Amino acid sequence: MFTPAAKAMAEKLGLKMGRANLEEFAATLEELAKANPNIVAVTSDSRGSGKLAPFGKALPKQIVEVGIAEQNLVGITAGLAACGKKSFGVSPSCFLTARSLEQIKNDICYSDVPAVLVGISSGTSYGALGTTHHSLHDLAVLRAINNLTILVPADNFESRQAILAAAKAVKPVFVRFGKAAMFGLHKPETKFEVGKAITLREGNDVAFIATGETVVHALLAAGQLAERGLNCRVLSMHSIKPLDADAILQAGRECRAVVTVEEHMVNGGLGEACAAVLLQAGVHVPFKIVGMPDEETVPGAQADIFRHYGISMEGLSELGEKLIR
Amino acid sequence: MTLQAIFDAGAGHTGGGLSCLDILNCLYNRILRVSPENFGDPNRDRYVQSKGHSVEALYAVLADRGFFPVADLKTIGRYQSHYVGHPTRHIPGIEMNTGALGHGLPIGIGMALAAKMDGAAYRVFTLLGDGELAEGSNWEAGLAAAHYKLDNLTAIIDHNRLQITGPTCDVMSNEPLDEKWRAFGWAVKVVDGHDYAALTEALSQPAEAGKPTCIIANTIKGKGVSFMENVAKWHHGVPSEAELKQALGELEAAGKILQEKTE
Repeated sequence: MFTPAAKAMAEKLGLKMGRANLEEFAATLEELAKANPNIVAVTSDSRGSGKLAPFGKALPKQIVEVGIAEQNLVGITAGLAACGKKSFGVSPSCFLTARSLEQIKNDICYSDVPAVLVGISSGTSYGALGTTHHSLHDLAVLRAINNLTILVPADNFESRQAILAAAKAVKPVFVRFGKAAMFGLHKPETKFEVGKAITLREGNDVAFIATGETVVHALLAAGQLAERGLNCRVLSMHSIKPLDADAILQAGRECRAVVTVEEHMVNGGLGEACAAVLLQAGVHVPFKIVGMPDEETVPGAQADIFRHYGISMEGLSELGEKLIR
Repeated sequence: MTLQAIFDAGAGHTGGGLSCLDILNCLYNRILRVSPENFGDPNRDRYVQSKGHSVEALYAVLADRGFFPVADLKTIGRYQSHYVGHPTRHIPGIEMNTGALGHGLPIGIGMALAAKMDGAAYRVFTLLGDGELAEGSNWEAGLAAAHYKLDNLTAIIDHNRLQITGPTCDVMSNEPLDEKWRAFGWAVKVVDGHDYAALTEALSQPAEAGKPTCIIANTIKGKGVSFMENVAKWHHGVPSEAELKQALGELEAAGKILQEKTE
């Protein structure tokens, strides 16, 4: 995932490698479920890929296996929530948010049940398995559905906080996790609030507004640009909906350029959401959306795909510098 | 009441509403432990109408049971009225928002599983159309309900044999329905869906311990109105004033005969 230069920058910034966000999710959910027997996980032959095998062993009465049947998974998750269970439907994001989109829209969001949907191995986490297994559409389609909180954690800290928030929520929540080990980006005392971006680095040259597994690359790019005399802002936009419009507007008004970064197609994701906020407020600033373009995604592992589309320390710092010089 | 509501709204699903009206009346008056007073009780029975398009019939039955004033039916489909053309939880007595087909059974499984987990005694019912069975999600749910031995779950199929395009056997044949559900591990009962005594007997208790119940209710689309019965165009046909008058007359006459018979 990281070039030797990026690894050196991570070390310079004091970042420590953690585990996969997916593992953090599974451990957090198991901890919560042990304390609250009302929590139920629903899986579609996905407990292995969801890292929920230990959960299933420890709490066999709190897991419902539906087999390879994602539509059924979402309907059952909704029915459980409607009858008082805190249900977590866990399935690869590629299937969960495409095949069962109608169930998400009607059974969860329109019916307004307090269920949580967890899109595992999202984005290009299944890299080399190809487009069938990528979810580069999920944020776009889910943003277009009313009554859904959409969370995309960047590191283990945000992952844990997102699950704690989802477990308490009385409205539908979708959380998206990748499966690569992640650098820790936050101090433990950091405040996590749904709908509020976390500022990882202050600066008024380029603002990087990033989400999920791309945030670390934006942070490294800001580190590299600092060595070239540029002070860049980095926001972790873990909450795609509700979106922190204030933080976006502040970035647009105070910085010389805005770069958004997401593991998602450039259509309908974080970037277009930020553009809409800025334009409608009359904020005009050099602006670039980094994500996967509208083409058949290049074959390769997640790291290859990221690098190919410029989601890397080198790619982002070069783009940021170009926008303001 | 159903026909009047459809006439007033100027739109609605007439044929399928009449085919399942007897089933709904039987459920809400004889079977479901659900009333306006206990609707907040976590131990109430649950009913999810998978064939959401027959909403006028459901609204009429709920109004008749006192969930909301009958006068509300005049607002169906009107600007800013919550009485939209498919069930929503904004309406007292409705559990889940339905209307897209193939959703009720998976939701019902979640509800029935919750009851089992909690050791609660409530039962879960869902009503499906026979044309709706072409949706694959029903068969995903068919496997899961049997796998989890959900004998607290009852699926009723409104078997009127007609859908919007024409006879279901021409659109996408699904017979033999009873054998299919049995093969999926369900206990199956076939009843006359307009016979209250037969419906009551079939719905009163689970058919078999350890198995979900499937009740195939043989019904007539447009039941009770001579010119609507078994005519596909009445799937969502709206009666004219003259047609409404004739239909209500026929239903009233049939009601009188039924009353004399029971007396």
